[in-house]
Amino acid sequence: MNWGLPPDWSTKGHEIDRLVGIVHWLVLALALFWLGFFLVALWRFRAGRASAVGRRPSQARWPLWVALALFVAEAGLLLFIEMPLWAERRELPPEDGSFVVRVVGEQFAWNFHYPGADGRFGLTDPMLIDAFNPVGLDLDDEAAADDLVTINQLHVPAGQRVLLWLGSKDVIHNFYLPYMRVKQDVVPGRFTPVWFTPAREGVSEIGCAQLCGLGHYRMRGQLTVEPLGAFTVWYEDERAYM
Amino acid sequence: MSAARPSRGLASRIFSVDHKVIGIQYALTSLCFLFVGFSLMVVMRWQLAYPGEALPLGSLLGEDRAPAGVIAPEFYNQLAAMHGTIMVFLAVVPLLVGAFGNYLVPLMVGAPDMAFPRLNMASYWTYLAGGLVMLSGFLAPGGAAAAGWTSYPPLASIATMGQTLWLFGMLLIIISSLLGSLNIIVTIVQLRTEGLSFQRMPFFLWAQLVSAFLLLLAFPALQAASFLQLMDRLAGSSFFLPSGLVVGGEVLPQTGGGSPLLWQHLFWFLAHPEVYVLILPALGIVAEVITTHARAPFWRLRWAVGSTIGIGFFAFLVWAHHMFLTGMGTVISTFFQATTMIISIPSVIILSCLFMTLWGGRIRFPSSMLFALAFLPMFGIGGLTGLPLGLAAADLQLHDTYYVIGHFHYIVAPGTLFAVFAGIYHWFPKVTGRKLDERLGKMHFWPTLLLMNGVFFPMFIVGLAGVSRRLYDGGAGFAFAREVAPLNELMSLCAWGLGIAQVPFIFNLVLTLRRKKPEAAPANPWRATSLEWLAESPPQETNFPSAPVVVAGPYTYRADAVKAETELSAGEDPTEAADFTPQWSHVPVSEP
Repeated sequence: MNWGLPPDWSTKGHEIDRLVGIVHWLVLALALFWLGFFLVALWRFRAGRASAVGRRPSQARWPLWVALALFVAEAGLLLFIEMPLWAERRELPPEDGSFVVRVVGEQFAWNFHYPGADGRFGLTDPMLIDAFNPVGLDLDDEAAADDLVTINQLHVPAGQRVLLWLGSKDVIHNFYLPYMRVKQDVVPGRFTPVWFTPAREGVSEIGCAQLCGLGHYRMRGQLTVEPLGAFTVWYEDERAYM
Repeated sequence: MSAARPSRGLASRIFSVDHKVIGIQYALTSLCFLFVGFSLMVVMRWQLAYPGEALPLGSLLGEDRAPAGVIAPEFYNQLAAMHGTIMVFLAVVPLLVGAFGNYLVPLMVGAPDMAFPRLNMASYWTYLAGGLVMLSGFLAPGGAAAAGWTSYPPLASIATMGQTLWLFGMLLIIISSLLGSLNIIVTIVQLRTEGLSFQRMPFFLWAQLVSAFLLLLAFPALQAASFLQLMDRLAGSSFFLPSGLVVGGEVLPQTGGGSPLLWQHLFWFLAHPEVYVLILPALGIVAEVITTHARAPFWRLRWAVGSTIGIGFFAFLVWAHHMFLTGMGTVISTFFQATTMIISIPSVIILSCLFMTLWGGRIRFPSSMLFALAFLPMFGIGGLTGLPLGLAAADLQLHDTYYVIGHFHYIVAPGTLFAVFAGIYHWFPKVTGRKLDERLGKMHFWPTLLLMNGVFFPMFIVGLAGVSRRLYDGGAGFAFAREVAPLNELMSLCAWGLGIAQVPFIFNLVLTLRRKKPEAAPANPWRATSLEWLAESPPQETNFPSAPVVVAGPYTYRADAVKAETELSAGEDPTEAADFTPQWSHVPVSEP
């Protein structure tokens, strides 16, 4: 049985894992301290144990210092570990040098819109959405000429930072890559950026982590990190189907 | 006030303005809702343990909800949404505030009734109506609300009619809650009897007072939000709907321009303070039980009261820690993390005070005390697992996983519900004049403690492994979740066992009430100090023959002055053991 976090296949995931680990050791220490105190108190001061008579309630102040020590530890975690980590995550990396994909969630699938070699996304319009055009791509737009739209299949070339623009057609979803330590709400009406860098090749799962309706549990996709050559072959194959 | 009371017919007993009757009505109704909420979970846990297998209930649920006996995903979502809503809004808060607050606050302040008895009655009946409207969703076309207890739009906006009933029910519950909290505030501030200064108030009253302020100030935000969502659903407005939504291939007719995040802000502006309403009165109950049975004064009452007020203040400044993953920038996330870290400290201090109270006491272990003692480490686990969730970067992995479910259930189930059980065993003699059976009480306690942990502890493991909550199949569809999936069956077995473990409790209530020759409870069976123990058991209609006079602070217990129970000679009345000084004056006060 796995007693910890899922495997980490990204370059930055271990930073999150380290924070999760530290804060758990912190609360475990506090919990064990007070649990020990609690059990000793119950044993020593149980009614019927004659030696307890005559003991006056403690006037100590140290529990306040324990609480303040916890606060100092929390503040340290927040200022020195969490804040830099969060700021780095939220800071938008430059688009050049990143592999950019637009993700459009819907009940109950993930659509991936790749800009192609020109790096420009073709225009989209909700009125154009149909069963064969899930994101409403305007095929007359010249920027759309080399675009690719796939359903539930996200392929990225290995060794490159991936920048995703997350949007939704209908309700709030949450784009969840457990192995990449990526989890981001996808709010309709806007595109939210999120980025990660895969540290190894392989296939992992994409989930939805925000209740989105009756098919929420089966809103699953696949992330494939593969060498650039294999990726190019896949991309051209898929485009041929479009 | 008493002159305005209607005469005592059957109708006036049902539509009573007596806070004690209303308190009992609240208790019975919310225990029924607790049972309903529990039953929904019992069904859900079947699907989680054995995804896709037919329920052993046959066709009882109907073909719409469970075709061929297998729970449908839409029905599972209804069960989940209604379980949460019922437990929070219809069971636990009404138990703490409606039942314990109503029954005990006037007694503890030495008043004959609440400040506004008619508002009090209105509060109960509005609550009952709200609850029934909400439950009626199960009979509506398309079933009950299914967008989670949080009802996030746009999912809630496009849901079936059950969601409209959810919103109507919520509006009624909020009205009820506002009336009730107003009443508690005015009663505590205005009706305290002679000598009961704020410095002499038991912790229970402080907890009720702060909780009532939280309800009064936070609920209007959800009141407004519910009304706006109702407009979005019924009047075609777009408060929470952005432009260009395409649902199932069709463009929505609404013009859009609204914000789904606005709902989340309004909802959590209520719902986080609400979380403290779920816990503060529970701490109040536990404080009374622990001081009484440890025969020890509350250790540093001032720290605990100050911490409670601090929690009340900061509870309004932490709401967005539920929304770290909505795309929040560093400044805002740091602010809400900082307030979250700050609010954890007063909670730790209150818990420390209760642990320290035990030190130097003379601890007795009746059933009420067992539940109150078990509350402490259980609430501790629930509170401390909040810290990893309160750090945004750690929340990135844990958000909306089973870890979150484990965290808040530890606070509310083995936490608050244990306090509720402690309170029931503690004050049952006051309410009925009869003591509950201790043997049955212990048969209730030990299996409940064990099974509660069996249900909720594995959730931390499942959550750390990354399994999301609210999945119809418990995550069975994900390869990465398969390793921890077998725990689902263990949790379900424990959950069903937990239901069976409540049988001794129900037996205890029924048998004690029906016993021909009951063990009559004296006015003060536990030798406690606060004013409700001055009243008869059960109290007369006006609570006290004349207004009591308070001459001492709460919790003047002296463990060192008591004889051990083994040292008492035969027939000696233990209440004569001078190990406590009640708050009231023993000398009858003559009218001036």
